Amino acid sequence: MSNSIEVNGKTLATDEEGYLENLADWEPGVAEVMAEIDDCELSDNHWEVINFLREYYEEYQIAPAVRVLTKAIGKKLGKEYGNGKYLYELYPYGPAKQACKYAGLPKPTGCV
Amino acid sequence: MSTLNIVNKSPFEKRTLDQCLSRIAAGDAVLLIEDAVVVAAAGTSYETELKSASASHKLYVLSPDLEARGLAERSLVDGFSCVDYKGFVALVTEHDRVHSWL
Amino acid sequence: MEEEYAGGVEKKFIYINRRAPHGTVYPLESLETVLIGAAFDQDVSMLFIDDGVYQLKKDQSTESIEFKNFAKAFRALEMYDVEKLFVEAESLQERGLVEDDLLVDVEVIARAKVSELIDQQDVVLSF
Repeated sequence: MSNSIEVNGKTLATDEEGYLENLADWEPGVAEVMAEIDDCELSDNHWEVINFLREYYEEYQIAPAVRVLTKAIGKKLGKEYGNGKYLYELYPYGPAKQACKYAGLPKPTGCV
Repeated sequence: MSTLNIVNKSPFEKRTLDQCLSRIAAGDAVLLIEDAVVVAAAGTSYETELKSASASHKLYVLSPDLEARGLAERSLVDGFSCVDYKGFVALVTEHDRVHSWL
Repeated sequence: MEEEYAGGVEKKFIYINRRAPHGTVYPLESLETVLIGAAFDQDVSMLFIDDGVYQLKKDQSTESIEFKNFAKAFRALEMYDVEKLFVEAESLQERGLVEDDLLVDVEVIARAKVSELIDQQDVVLSF
């Protein structure tokens, strides 16, 4: 296994971009370790997005496209949050890519 | 407005050809390529069906695929025209869209 | 081509699904293509014929075969503005299925109307 991360004493396989190989390996510690690697501190707002993504994936078996995520967050938290700016401030590497990675999801379909 | 339908599976193995013929519009063209070319040769159990299809559809077969299968010398079912790769490209440009029945 | 795109020309795409869900990778590839294509604001329809109708069957459970249960993703299509789902009546009938067996709302059309639907499209992708 060439790529992996250490979480709470366990070695978890990732792909070359750092996405978890097995969705089932996920635990909150995964997001924390991945955020640390990116020099990012996870706030409640970050967790809101991560939890939303996990619920969405559970429900539909896909990671949402950015515009779907944006719309959905706006619906959940209020209009002022339903824009790219809010999500990009939280996840400067791209909300879909970075947040999906922390949430243990595969790279979103349609994301280059 | 007409569609070029492309079928590449032998009807002896897959039902794609029937699935295609049962749904296409009058005036649509059908091009047989790869393993589908086997039924363009006369003498198979599909000959009658294809003959009647040729009344409302233009039928083509890709000659390099016939040659590859040793069928180039056989006579074709009435209504079929042979095309080479250039002819294939011409067919694509002459139709409004291509439906490849993979 | 590029100029047209810059001008925002919208094309009509139809994705035709003809295979049962878990035996080959075609159905999943089709769905992924639809989801990617949805980002480009085109006019998208999906048509399910032959064994393709099984893709929309309710109550699919893939845990035991250890495959991804992508049927759930059909319920997300609305969020991607893919709202035109057509199912061929004869294909349902041949398989002993009725509209109520399907997991999303669809428009059921007769086999004789399929060519009409395809005639309205610019691009046809068959899986």
